[in-house]
Amino acid sequence: MMFLSLQHRDPMLKKRDDFEDMLEERRNSSDLRYALRCYTPVLYKGLAPCKASMLKSMVLQSDQLHHVIGQVSRETGRAADDVQEEASAILEEMAHCLQLSTVRFFAFTLSKVFKTLFRSICVNEEGIQRLQQAIQEHPVVLLPSHRSYMDFLLMSYILYTYDIALPVIAAGMDFMGMKFVGEMLRMSGAFFIRRSFGGDKLYWSVFSEYVKTMLKNGFAPVEFFLEGTRSRTSKSLTPKLGLLNIVMDPYLKGEVYDINVVPVSISYERILEEALYAREMLGVPKPKESTSGLFKARKVLSEDYGSIHVYFGQPVSVRSLAQGRVNRCQFNLVPRHIPRRPSEEIQSFVNDSAYRLVRAQEENMVLKPWVLLASLLLQNHHQDQTAGQKRGMVLEELTAQAVWLRDMFREYGAFLHWPDHVPPSEVVSSSLSLHRGLVRVCEGRVQLAVEQGFTVTPEEELLSQAVIVLSCASYRNQGLHVFLRPALLASAINAASSNLKQEVFNSFSFLRNMFSNEFILCPGATVQDFEEACYLLVKTGALQVTQQELLVTERGQRTVAFLTSMLDPFLQGYQVRETLYKMFSPCLVRLCFPGRLRYTEVLSSDLQKNSLAALLRLGAVQKIKA
Amino acid sequence: MASNSSGGGSSDRQRIAQQRLRIIAGHLQGPVDGDSAILAAECKAQGSKTDVCREGKTVPRRRQEIMKWNGWGYSDSKFLFNKKGQAEFTGKRYRLSGMIIPGLKDWMEGTFGANLQHKTPATPLLTSSAVQPATLNKAFLEELKSTGIPFSHDAEDRVFRAHGHCLHEIFALREGKFGRVPDMVVWPNCHNDVVKIVELACKHNVCVIPYGGGTSVSSALECPPEETRSIVSLDTSQMNRILWIDEKNLTAHVEAGIVGQDLERLLNESGYCTGHEPDSMEFSSLGGWVATRASGMKKNIYGNIEDLVIHIRMVTPRGVIEKSCQGPRMSTGPDIHHFIMGSEGTLGVVTEVTMKIRPMPEYQKYGSVVFPNFEQGVACLREVAKQRCAPASIRLMDNEQFKFGHALKPQVSSIFTSFLDGLKTFYITKFKGFDPNRLCVATLLFEGDREKVLQHEKQVYDIAAKFGGLAAGEDNGQRGYMLTFVIAYLRDLGMDYYVIGESFETSVPWDRVLDICRNVKARIIQECKDKGVQFPPLSTCRVTQTYDTGACVYFYFAFNYRGLSDPVHVYEQVEHAAREEILANGGSLSHHHGVGKLRKEWMRDTVSNVGVGMLKSVKDYVDPDNIFGNRNLL
Repeated sequence: MMFLSLQHRDPMLKKRDDFEDMLEERRNSSDLRYALRCYTPVLYKGLAPCKASMLKSMVLQSDQLHHVIGQVSRETGRAADDVQEEASAILEEMAHCLQLSTVRFFAFTLSKVFKTLFRSICVNEEGIQRLQQAIQEHPVVLLPSHRSYMDFLLMSYILYTYDIALPVIAAGMDFMGMKFVGEMLRMSGAFFIRRSFGGDKLYWSVFSEYVKTMLKNGFAPVEFFLEGTRSRTSKSLTPKLGLLNIVMDPYLKGEVYDINVVPVSISYERILEEALYAREMLGVPKPKESTSGLFKARKVLSEDYGSIHVYFGQPVSVRSLAQGRVNRCQFNLVPRHIPRRPSEEIQSFVNDSAYRLVRAQEENMVLKPWVLLASLLLQNHHQDQTAGQKRGMVLEELTAQAVWLRDMFREYGAFLHWPDHVPPSEVVSSSLSLHRGLVRVCEGRVQLAVEQGFTVTPEEELLSQAVIVLSCASYRNQGLHVFLRPALLASAINAASSNLKQEVFNSFSFLRNMFSNEFILCPGATVQDFEEACYLLVKTGALQVTQQELLVTERGQRTVAFLTSMLDPFLQGYQVRETLYKMFSPCLVRLCFPGRLRYTEVLSSDLQKNSLAALLRLGAVQKIKA
Repeated sequence: MASNSSGGGSSDRQRIAQQRLRIIAGHLQGPVDGDSAILAAECKAQGSKTDVCREGKTVPRRRQEIMKWNGWGYSDSKFLFNKKGQAEFTGKRYRLSGMIIPGLKDWMEGTFGANLQHKTPATPLLTSSAVQPATLNKAFLEELKSTGIPFSHDAEDRVFRAHGHCLHEIFALREGKFGRVPDMVVWPNCHNDVVKIVELACKHNVCVIPYGGGTSVSSALECPPEETRSIVSLDTSQMNRILWIDEKNLTAHVEAGIVGQDLERLLNESGYCTGHEPDSMEFSSLGGWVATRASGMKKNIYGNIEDLVIHIRMVTPRGVIEKSCQGPRMSTGPDIHHFIMGSEGTLGVVTEVTMKIRPMPEYQKYGSVVFPNFEQGVACLREVAKQRCAPASIRLMDNEQFKFGHALKPQVSSIFTSFLDGLKTFYITKFKGFDPNRLCVATLLFEGDREKVLQHEKQVYDIAAKFGGLAAGEDNGQRGYMLTFVIAYLRDLGMDYYVIGESFETSVPWDRVLDICRNVKARIIQECKDKGVQFPPLSTCRVTQTYDTGACVYFYFAFNYRGLSDPVHVYEQVEHAAREEILANGGSLSHHHGVGKLRKEWMRDTVSNVGVGMLKSVKDYVDPDNIFGNRNLL
């Protein structure tokens, strides 16, 4: 039934480009000259760039907007001019006003900042070349992963450096709150959208027309974050479909021949917002974006954040995605400028595409050795808690296990940056030293830096411990996509009552379904995922597949145990949720004390949110409005 | 088309008419048939009908005597590269005949990467032994003989009627390959002959495929290979008389086998015209127009075939279908004419048609407008359509086609003309800033009273000016129309040098015109690349008709197939993909070529299940034994 089609999917065979460090040149030549240099990007079909004001008037004169203005005016009894005014105001609030001078300013300052913060910023130049090609062929959508505030400035910085058309970037309105900075961002190509505008027809219309006008005329690549917001956990978030729907629309309606979507994977060796995110997830509210806040964050400038890897993926043609999936004739019978809800066919197409694109991002995320170490240390930390052993792992043991895990990750096709010419012990120790805020080496044992006895209340102590654990967990999560499917299978094998293939599949399917809010698991792809997991485990010799059964091999025991315990924290999170769904996190904190909960991670609001969503979806919980 | 192929840049009606006559004189000289296999029997003129004009017919029974058996058009007219390596058009029939076309070689080499050294000549002669022997139905044959209707089962005659002019059909002929061909050809002389033939066919269960001008580009004339019965090709070419002209009501009653050029010429002699001028009018027949829902170049004044037809007589296995009067419009249930028009030979044979006629126009004038780009051109055409002031014909060529038209300029006779041309080019590209790689040209044809034409012309040029259009002279306009008929000859030249191509059409709402043009052209280029075509293809389009709500768009597509093992298959895949793209962009399955067998697979999506069911039930009633078994449409 399986494996036949899988050979070509072997992740090991995936060829990836080499990286160049773009900071190297910055360290050797003048930043000022760099910021002032001649910038002449090639545009789509050799177009001349379009002024922001012209763009606005194109939007305001568009058929779609005219139609909606008429509609709103009829429905509300307001004068059409009045509604037109409003539309114009919305556009004013939204529109970017990209100015090269601002970009140059950023190019200069960011050069300075990046050089102090990071050891290197590595970019795959072949990807850049592909992007350049793609921009000339068809309108381009850039889809970077989103792990840090840094992301979009970094993107523009890179594109400026390589003389590529600067993107316009969809940003949340909250940035606008930052007075001066908001305007600066606007002038560097950001346009601002409200976080929610559910029923506001006019707003939606202005917004979608604005994006489409830029895109289909090829004025600039459109950039947005498929995940909608920064992932605080380093897990990819369930993709948001609104903007993707909008950017695919011109292709589906035949207004452009094709659209190239370019997934970009930005991986940080150390995330700037590391501790911030952990606190946020523990319920310490997110600080409001403000300029003064930004300045307070200056102290981050003095630390070492390692390197950044930015990988521009293979451009994905929307046309080829839609091939055989969407019948474009459905737009033949209604004028294309009249907004309509996308058909079910289109919704499911956009949804599947979104998952594919997020997976494309994940695939090219560079994983640092620290990801492996964090995974191992976390597992060890949890075991210590229950077993009451001496805390931490012996350094040599950690190194040995890391090497074992490294090989496994490679077999699973991970994009692992483990320097092979350096002895493993050095790799491990340099990795540990970069993350000294999270780990400590004490008497030859490596342990998580969970302080004890300094804080006043037990709650506070738990919270500060949780910050460390959640930070580590977020690094572990970076590698989640690599082992997720095998881990689901390993857990399924453990949970199933027999080795029968069908039984294991059922339990795999149950787990997969339960976790579909938690991880990137494309709806309807259960069989493919199962096959992929089987394939990987068989390939690494951990599993034997017969006609009827799945058997874990002798040497596979270790792998399966490891994989199972990788998923354990999540599993327990969902169990806790199931029993305590009515309580709030404070109760949960108290619950932790008697040692009833092994995993501090359960405290993560992200996990709680996802599990509640899953339980709602599965009908285990009902929402009752008070 | 006759008008394009003749008039010498003059707008003087007299001169055009004279030139027409001169060309037609050439047609007259075609040898009279003397084949012993053909039994000649004249139909008596029926009842009170007066035979207005009988002489000067273009199409002999043995078509191969004047036309190519494996290419387009007249045997004496073709493009070739002479000893000096210059392109030349032979013969005397057309304005371009006997002229040198200096730009064509460079254009072919530049556009296709073609090379004069790499030739792919056609099989020169038809080898009769390669043709399947005829499956004859003896009983049918015997009874047919007794009617005295001429017939033949000569291989050449049969092969000639086994194809239209799709690329794959001509390509196979050039290679000397023949599939299923009709087993015999009959030439009825009048309506009653057809009645007899159809009766006999029903009686003896023989398959009948009507054949008019043979210009189909939808595989409609291909014999279904699975057909086991004897196939009779019913060639209507000898039913070519104008039976009467009614000057009071401005109608003419015509036998359906008449070809366009004869119909126009004969009517012109009486001072009338139908104004129906499809690009194939030299060879296509009235019956064919009705059976495929044809469209003419000058439909803006005269209308398409459905607007021109007043009365149709069709012989079906169930008997003769016709209306009882000639009222200009009727409310008598669904119009039965619309079962006939577009039936593509699946229901019966159209034998006689009453058509509207008009007095010949007093004045004709060509014109052309250059636009800075295709978008502006389309916007202008849309505005012209909106104001309902379209001239007799208005067509917009894209940039590639403009260049193509340029390459077809015959050698200029004087230094002065070439100097003038240079000056024009300079004015448009340098002074007006038009990008020679983006500009495009609209060609125009005005017809009517002299004064009204001039007035109309001004109106159209004023609109054009609003869209950045510059008047570019009569000559450019006329050459544009000339391109329409020589393009079919050009394909034969291409095929001598590894280049294959074809055109196809669609109709589309105005708001989709630009999108469909862009996307289909891009799709063709991409598909060629994906299918391993080694050279960039020619992928170009033009808007050829305007309507209130949309336009007719033509695509031309050709490529150099060196290095491909099965070029026709590649070609068909690309055309298939292009059609899918057309449909996905809101275009129709066909504007006027019809469905035939080539586009059958999309019929259900086009007209819905119920629609197909309706058509099927008509077929089942009219022709339960599938006597008209060409299997087109459904």
